[in-house]
Amino acid sequence: MADSDPEPTCELDDGGGTLRVRLNGRWTASHAGAVERQMGDLVRDAEAGRVILDLSRVSRLDTLGAWVLDRTRHELGEKGLSADFTGARDEHRILLDEVAYRGFQTSPPARRGTIVDFFAEIGQTVVNVGRDFAQGTSFFGEVVTALARVLLNPSRFRAAAVTHQLEQIAYRGTPIIALISFLVGAIVAQQGIFQLQKFGAIAFVVDLIGILVLRELGVLLTSIMVAGRSGSAFTAEIGSMKMREEIDALRVMGLDPVEVLIVPRIVALLIGLPLLTFISNVSALLGGAVVTLTYGGISLDIFLVRLQQAIALSTFMIGMIKAPFMALIIGLIASLEGMAVQGSAESLGRQVTSSVVKSIFMVIVVDGVFAMFFAAIRY
Amino acid sequence: MAARSSDPTAPNFRETIIRVRDLEVGFGPKTVMKGLDLDVYRGEILGFVGPSGSGKSVLTRTILGLVPKQAGTIEVFGENLDDLPPEEHRRLERRWGVLFQHGALFSALTVKQNVQVPMREYLDLSDRLLDELAMLKIEMVGLKPDAADKMPSDLSGGMIKRAALARALALDPEIVFLDEPTSGLDPIGAGDFDELIATLQKTLGLTVFMVTHDLDSLHSVCDRVAALGDGKVIAAGPIETMLASDHPWLRSYFHGKRARAVMG
Repeated sequence: MADSDPEPTCELDDGGGTLRVRLNGRWTASHAGAVERQMGDLVRDAEAGRVILDLSRVSRLDTLGAWVLDRTRHELGEKGLSADFTGARDEHRILLDEVAYRGFQTSPPARRGTIVDFFAEIGQTVVNVGRDFAQGTSFFGEVVTALARVLLNPSRFRAAAVTHQLEQIAYRGTPIIALISFLVGAIVAQQGIFQLQKFGAIAFVVDLIGILVLRELGVLLTSIMVAGRSGSAFTAEIGSMKMREEIDALRVMGLDPVEVLIVPRIVALLIGLPLLTFISNVSALLGGAVVTLTYGGISLDIFLVRLQQAIALSTFMIGMIKAPFMALIIGLIASLEGMAVQGSAESLGRQVTSSVVKSIFMVIVVDGVFAMFFAAIRY
Repeated sequence: MAARSSDPTAPNFRETIIRVRDLEVGFGPKTVMKGLDLDVYRGEILGFVGPSGSGKSVLTRTILGLVPKQAGTIEVFGENLDDLPPEEHRRLERRWGVLFQHGALFSALTVKQNVQVPMREYLDLSDRLLDELAMLKIEMVGLKPDAADKMPSDLSGGMIKRAALARALALDPEIVFLDEPTSGLDPIGAGDFDELIATLQKTLGLTVFMVTHDLDSLHSVCDRVAALGDGKVIAAGPIETMLASDHPWLRSYFHGKRARAVMG
């Protein structure tokens, strides 16, 4: 079949007010360009009152060929000419009947880029943020009631689930969080030394690291890592359960999905995130100590003595107090986004992305609010 | 349909479009099929049955080249697939269309864009023709024009199958592989789909390779039925041959309660 692959051609034979068009070769999609060009020429040039399209020598016709031929017949008709097929084989005749040219109304292309759309989008975003906030609050309420139910009836507490989540969040998260904190502690110490050297105040780098790490960096780094590691995992797990109707299956069994799935995760986060914050603090201080020794020549003994003078218990507590709040934010956003997954896989991907982005954003905003609060009460 | 079933017992003189010989497929230590022979003739609708897990889908995927085989030959359009250079193989792939069990529509594209994917890739069409042809295919499979701009996630099960069929037909293939085309459809929808396949087979001269569990489909549209069991084709022929077979699985399949209900 492939060896004889003749291009579609047509011979025009004009006689006595009748234009006879003899078609040869393969009128198929692989010759779409030639098919459309020749029929376009025919429609443009035809002037006679009657056109006969002779298909007897067409070696192959497919839906595209049949469509263009029937369209041609239609367009000739619109020009006031009468057009007919002749010599079509049975299978070609069936195909021509099947495609039967008709105009398709194409949907108008979506309007884009106007200034109105721009403002409409901003408005929509603001509305969505408001809705997110309302939903978050209502969801928070649901979680708190579920927690209260569990507290009132401790037999409903799912210790196994909490332990499992704790392993996933805290135990498996420890190495990466310790490593990142160590590196960030080291980097901050190095930059601190370089800048403080200019004032001859290298010793103050210990104050810098101690206060910065304990008050802000430890908890921030941990929260961001947990939002990325565990928050995304929550959204994906809950979302895929939602997608496959597993959440509905729980409901019809009389189980509360919030109590079964979300409470254990949030409880595990509330325990795990402060633990990780502590590990992160120690690790970052260690990184700082190593760098102050190598770059600043401050021995570990002196580092510890200065650290003791620089920080108070309150410095440490400011960081730790924030940890459970961060855990709650991450847990709520991750669960809420998971529950918002619709039927399709791309919706799952979208919600996981939005879960991580929203959690990290909210963690940083809340950290800022805490900073202002502690400054205001001079703690 | 009478014309097609007038001569079902003598396919010998018909052109064999898919010829599978001595096929062996396995995953790790597990052999799924061994010594499997199968012929598909041009212009027929072949129904392919077999117990769950017997490897019906694996055979389809092996012919399509998605699963590697351990031994044997597969010839499609008279060409041994192993001997074809990649360029030739791609040309050959344009001549078949596949309807996957769950549709496998690209979720990021609308129905129309889905149908246009193979067209854009392989054909050089004007924008107008690209649009018209996609709409034509969408109408041919019985979807309303307003379905064209919907996303796959907004479609019902039956519509997904139809849209996927429209995409499989985009390049006017000579063979269509259908993997459980009526599974998950209600009986009326399944009946409509069978009818659609029969109509398209007639108008477009398709050869249809259909994996199915649907006894109705086997009775109403299939010219021949092949049954897979123990890694081999245990029987092949028109439905009467199947009914006459005394293989235990075929007996229970075609003479069970559900089969009797279908045959009335």
